[in-house]
Amino acid sequence: MPHNNSKYRQIVIVSGKGGTGKTTLAAALCELFENRVVSDTDVDAADLHILLKPEILERHEYSGGNKAVINRELCTGCDLCEEYCRFDAIHDYQVDPLACEGCGFCVRLCPENAISFPKAISGFFQESAIKNGEFVDAELLPGSGNSGKLVSEVKKSAAALASQNQRAWLIVDGPPGIGCPVNASLTGTDLAVIVTEPTVSGLHDLSRLIELTQRFRIPSAIVINKSDLNPENTKNIQKFAESENIPFLGIIPYDDVVLKALISEKSVINFPDSSAAVHICQVYKNILELLENQK
Amino acid sequence: MNIVIASGKGGTGKTTVAVSLALSLKNSIYADCDVEEPNGCLFLNRSSESMKTAYRLLPEIDFKKCDFCGVCASVCEFNALSVLPDQVLLFDELCHSCGACSYFCPKKAIRETEAPIGTIRYGRVLPEEIAYIEGRLNVGEMMAGPLIDQVKKSLNPENINILDAPPGTACSMVEIARDADYCLLVTEPTPFGLHDLKLAVKVLRILRRPFSVIINKALETSNLIEHYCEQERIPVSLRIPYSRELAEGYSRGKPAVHIFPEMKKQFHALIIRIKNSIEKPVTENAT
Ligand code: SF4
Ligand code: SF4
Ligand code: SF4
Ligand code: SF4
Repeated sequence: MPHNNSKYRQIVIVSGKGGTGKTTLAAALCELFENRVVSDTDVDAADLHILLKPEILERHEYSGGNKAVINRELCTGCDLCEEYCRFDAIHDYQVDPLACEGCGFCVRLCPENAISFPKAISGFFQESAIKNGEFVDAELLPGSGNSGKLVSEVKKSAAALASQNQRAWLIVDGPPGIGCPVNASLTGTDLAVIVTEPTVSGLHDLSRLIELTQRFRIPSAIVINKSDLNPENTKNIQKFAESENIPFLGIIPYDDVVLKALISEKSVINFPDSSAAVHICQVYKNILELLENQK
Repeated sequence: MNIVIASGKGGTGKTTVAVSLALSLKNSIYADCDVEEPNGCLFLNRSSESMKTAYRLLPEIDFKKCDFCGVCASVCEFNALSVLPDQVLLFDELCHSCGACSYFCPKKAIRETEAPIGTIRYGRVLPEEIAYIEGRLNVGEMMAGPLIDQVKKSLNPENINILDAPPGTACSMVEIARDADYCLLVTEPTPFGLHDLKLAVKVLRILRRPFSVIINKALETSNLIEHYCEQERIPVSLRIPYSRELAEGYSRGKPAVHIFPEMKKQFHALIIRIKNSIEKPVTENAT
């Protein structure tokens, strides 16, 4: 993915771990930013569509690679394939597609040419229409690997839509963790908004994520969700942000409305009097200001 | 016996449940297989810890033997090798350690060497006297498979092992669930929770693992999950009520059973039920 040099600016919302409220914030920001393309690159569990209610325009098949298939009629039972497969995917002359890594070793090894290697469908990605913009998300079939590659496909398609339709923003709801899909989500971004919570695990995962963004020199900033659950840890995270020179975008207090909004399949921003919504608006303003200064 | 605690998405309370289960049993082993974000240790009072490095194999080329024929690059499905007129480049992060290149190199110029990918920690938890094992992937390392494998290999099948799986339904979750004796899916009563639960159910049905559902942050006002489980004939084995107290405890690194010790009984009973159902399987959906 080339660096984003077109006019739109790209914001990726990530969190070191799941459940920090990443999608809650992402959904709210999707409503606050106007004239934008939204993409959900949490391809393992894409959830944003539940709130955005997109209308699918086009659906594409995605293949992350090939998978081995043994033709029992040609197989003479020499067991070479089972012995050499590093992924324990072959038993009794059958390939377990969920375990097959698609390395092709057995295909080349088999003395009888009994193993074929067809392309495997590992998921879909789709372009949709939402209010004032477009939406791209994906679905990875269970157990499929290579989600990083699917993330890149999603981002490519979202970037193309943003340029074509002259959108001002590309908002990406990224995956949790620090693995390869996170990496793929962060490439070319103008700002990584890191959502964390003041829990011991939140602080722990945050530092691992920061290690990653710093290694790849991705501008990032921090939001603390459920900040009042543990004021002391909130302070610690703020101090940590300061010491690492990472801009602080604000806090979002623990608010029952968040769960209520979710249950009614709405973004919390639709409950404008709630403390969560008020604070998210402030976060939004701070993002704008930060990006303004970045220019 | 391996009981895998999984959830379609992160943040549903999977780790609290896994830790609480392990703490409610004698002689259990808590195994943190969420190697990208191993958090379980933060909820455990650990002692006598030891550590070892986990490795995976990477090809190394002996340029005294290599004649730049290009075979290795052509057998690598992941484009991890690139052969130039006088050089062979390896892109570590693309290599899946499959071993094909070293096997097929006509000059026997490729040797596999161990490269560190993370650490495995072992220790005991006081005062419960259970054991724990944790796999931790190095930051920037993309291949979790070999590390998860090594954590699994260090478990004793005679014990009750509680495996804390990574969230989601991608390869690393499947890697852990595929040979589980039982799975518990932790979810929360939101449309997100339901959506991700459905994905996880799909995986476990493909893998044909027995499983049931734990509803965390259960609300009186929402029976979203119950409704789905009833339709799909999936047993709900436990409800943990929505509680700010639990959330606050969690933020300080306290597992549910330390905040509400009376929950220990429920967790304990759950494991006994699971154990009985594995030893005397009735149907997929027996509780
Ligand atoms: S290597 Fe080929 S012939 Fe030998 S067991 Fe495998 S499929 Fe059969
Ligand atoms: S392609 Fe690779 S992973 Fe798949 S069965 Fe063959 S050797 Fe195993
Ligand atoms: S296959 Fe062996 S000899 Fe040929 S380029 Fe690769 S390392 Fe060198
Ligand atoms: S071990 Fe497999 S994946 Fe790695 S470089 Fe060799 S052929 Fe490619």
